[in-house]
Parts: sequence; structure tokens; C-alpha cells
Amino acid sequence: MIEEVFRDQWGRVLASLIGYFGDWDLAEDAAAEAFAIAAQRWPSDGVPDQPAAWLVTTARRRAIDRLRRDRVLATKLRLLAAAEPPAWEDPAEDIVDSTAIPDERLELVFMCCHPALAVEAQVALTLRAVGGLSTEEIARAFLVPPETMKRRLTRAKAKIKVAGIPFGVPSGPRLPERLGAILAVVYLIFNEGYGDPDRPALAAEAIRLGRVLAVLLPAQPEVLGLLALMLLHDSRRETRFADNEHGPDLVLLPDQDRSRWDWRQIAEGRALLDRALTDAAGRPGPYVIQAAIASLQAQEQLDWPQISVLYGRLAELTGSPVVRLNRAVAVAEADGPAAALAIVDRLDLPDYQYWHSTRAELLRRLGRRDEARAAFQRALDLARTGPERRFLERRIAES
Amino acid sequence: MQYALLIYYKPGTNEALGADDYEAVHREYMALKDTPGMFGGASLHPVETATTVRLRDDQLLVTDGPFADTKEIFAGFYLLEADDLDRATEVAARIPAVRLGGSVEIRPIVTDQS
Repeated sequence: MIEEVFRDQWGRVLASLIGYFGDWDLAEDAAAEAFAIAAQRWPSDGVPDQPAAWLVTTARRRAIDRLRRDRVLATKLRLLAAAEPPAWEDPAEDIVDSTAIPDERLELVFMCCHPALAVEAQVALTLRAVGGLSTEEIARAFLVPPETMKRRLTRAKAKIKVAGIPFGVPSGPRLPERLGAILAVVYLIFNEGYGDPDRPALAAEAIRLGRVLAVLLPAQPEVLGLLALMLLHDSRRETRFADNEHGPDLVLLPDQDRSRWDWRQIAEGRALLDRALTDAAGRPGPYVIQAAIASLQAQEQLDWPQISVLYGRLAELTGSPVVRLNRAVAVAEADGPAAALAIVDRLDLPDYQYWHSTRAELLRRLGRRDEARAAFQRALDLARTGPERRFLERRIAES
Repeated sequence: MQYALLIYYKPGTNEALGADDYEAVHREYMALKDTPGMFGGASLHPVETATTVRLRDDQLLVTDGPFADTKEIFAGFYLLEADDLDRATEVAARIPAVRLGGSVEIRPIVTDQS
């Protein structure tokens, strides 16, 4: 229970402290100290009415206390001289009203996903700062040693400080581009978890981040679109893999057990999608279109012509050959494998596993077995996860 | 925050400009010096005029040319006082080298405060 409160409050508390002190390390240490005090007191005293306010107040006092004692940090003291009343007793008294603590998580997200940071640093910082994951948890999720992740975070925080990466929301024409970077980080986290049955926690974490963004930026259709997209995909989580003696096997959409899909989550995703489509006023962005496709894919009778039209619009928007490949899959169902193969053969993605596997599948349906087997083999050479490898091996054996 | 905006050019960029365009670009560089926060900078003569000094086997070695052959040539720099990296980036984006196929590297300067 308290752990849940901690996870929910961490981002808000840390954001408020970074906004207040203008220094990440100081803010993080102070936040950690306040959470440690809370962990001692809350089990016996109960969770305060306004946990974020309690934690922020406690953390501020501890940090200022430390700064005052620490003469080496005298320069920072000058910043604080005017900021805080001198006396502090028990933090339970005189708590700042939480309405007086502005929610600065959005500023924090924009700082974590600043383009001057490497994408892997953006991902790690976002999970640490906004998601409240520990360094060890992030390291485990990305299959790197904790020391590596610690160094990555330390280097990123040092760059923020030394290079002057701002804590703030960009305005005007830069906003859409910077928002795009944030959404890309969240979707990358989602896909890391979604593509690997051993790491489902990352998908759940991305959805939590998506929910935070939807609260902070309710008028941005792409934010709602991304959350809808993740909820719709994740609703099929339980049915995407089937266990056998070798480990989990991939189950394709038409073979999935629809009764085991999370229909409450699908309804939530569709409601968000409706809002996003209304707000996008006829000009939906890439996440909204992908959510619309995911919503169509959850229907009992798949409307392949409509799905291929949406992939076509997505391809126009993004110019992405991978999207054109997805469109070909829909075209295969709507107009047959020959039409789809014509699209696939115009693309040139020799290092992309799914280009080979899609080609292979179309060749198989057209009865061109030797070519199909060779293409499945190329896909197998490139496949990374166990379920995908086993799926391709089965296809090769059958053809 | 103080930043150095380091300007890099592809070789031959200036030569490829016509006389009028070259003049216009030059005027842009001069005008940038009046940007609020600008507190210094220099424009460098072409890389053919460079001399490099290093120590080899305890002997001072003086050679003709730049210290390394690179695709881009260091051509000059501005020194800028700005609130944060985003402000510095806005100024850097206006440096003509950026649209002429070169690039600008933004480096924070070591100061008493940092």
C-alpha cells in the first residue's frame, strides 16, 4: 500500500524539488530522505491526507538543513536565503497545502527527454525520475549490469547540469517536435516490454507513464492516441504467447483466444481513441492512426480494406518502409497475396526480419515453396527472441 | 550559463558561394555579434594557414597544417551567455554554417560557478 503511494508520488515530489532547488542530485537525495522518513512513520502514523505535500515539505526542510550545515555548498545557500522560513520542527506540522505545490512533472519529462541526451539516457532518466523505478530495476529491465545503468544515469545527470538542459516546457513551434521525442521514449519502453514475454513490467510501466502524460496534456490528441494504442495492444497480452515445453510460443492475431482479451481495457482504449479523433479534427497523427488500427484489429470480423486504408495514411505521414510493409499484410487479406507481394518487393529492407518473414508468408500462400523457405531462413537468421525463432523454425519445417 | 559555439565548415563551402552570397553571409556573421549575451568570438583564417605544434621524443615538432584531417574544418567561434541550452541552441541555429552544410557544436564553458 505504502509502496504504491511511493511509486505514484515519486515523480511529483522529485519534479517539485528539482523545480525548487534547480539541482537534480540535491533534489534526488532530499526526496530519497523524505521517502525514508515516510517509510518509518507512515506505517504507524498512517498516510497523511496530502502525501505529496508532506513529502515535498519534509524533503525541502532536510535539504535546506543540509545546505546550511554544509559550508562547501555556500553558493547554493545564496539561492536559498530568501526562500524559506528559518524554523522547522516536526514535518507533520505546517505542511504546505498540496494545491500550493504546482505539479511540475511535465517540466521534468521534457528535461528527461531532451534531444541533447542520448535516447538510452532519456529512457533511463524517464523511468527513474517519472516512473520512480530504482536504478537496479531499470538495469534488470534492460538486461544490463546495475553498474552500467548507474553510470548511464550519472553521466546523463551531469550533462543536464553542466550543459544547462532546461527544466521547462518548450513553447511555440518547438513543442510538437519535443513532445514527439517524449512519446517516442514512452513507446520505446512499451515495445521493449511488449515484444518480450520475460519483461512485461516495462509495458505496464509505459502505460503508467502514458496515463501521467494524458493527465498533464489532456488536449494533445497524440498523447491520448499513444495511451489508447498501448492499452489496445496490451489488452491482448495474455493471448500472444502460448507455453509449451521449449518456452512461450508466438500466437498470431487470428489464432488468439478473444475471450481472454482484456475487454475493459479495450473499452478504455477505444474511449480515448474517440476523444483523440475528435480533438484531432480530421488530421490524426501517427499514434492516433495506429490506435485506430489496433481498435479495428480487436473486432471479431477484421475489416482488412479499412485497415489497409489506415496503413496507407500512416505511410503517407511517416514515409516509413516498415509501415508500408504492415500495409502489405492488410492488402494480402483484402486483395490477396499477389497484390501484397508486389508492395513488399518494392521495399528494400534486407536487414529487417519482418520484411523476410512477410515475404516468406506471401510466397508460401502463392505456392512458391522454395523461395518461401529461403525467406523464412533469412528471417530466422535475424530473429532475436525465442518465441519468434520457434515460430519461424516451424514454418520452415512445414514448407 | 556560458557557452562556446564552435563553428565547423565543409571544405570549399565559401568558395562555392558567389561574391554576393559570400558578402551576405559575412554580414550575417557580423550581425550575430550583436545578439544579446554575445561576449566574444573569433573568425579563423583558412586551414591551409594552420601550424601545429606537438612533442615527439622530447623534441618540439612543428608541422604545416591542422592537427588532424577531418571532414569538417574548425572555422571560428562565438562566446555566448545564455539562460540554458535551449536559448544557446536558438542562437546556434542562426549561424550560417548550419544551413550551408556545416555544423555548430555547443560546449558549456568552465566558470567559477560550474
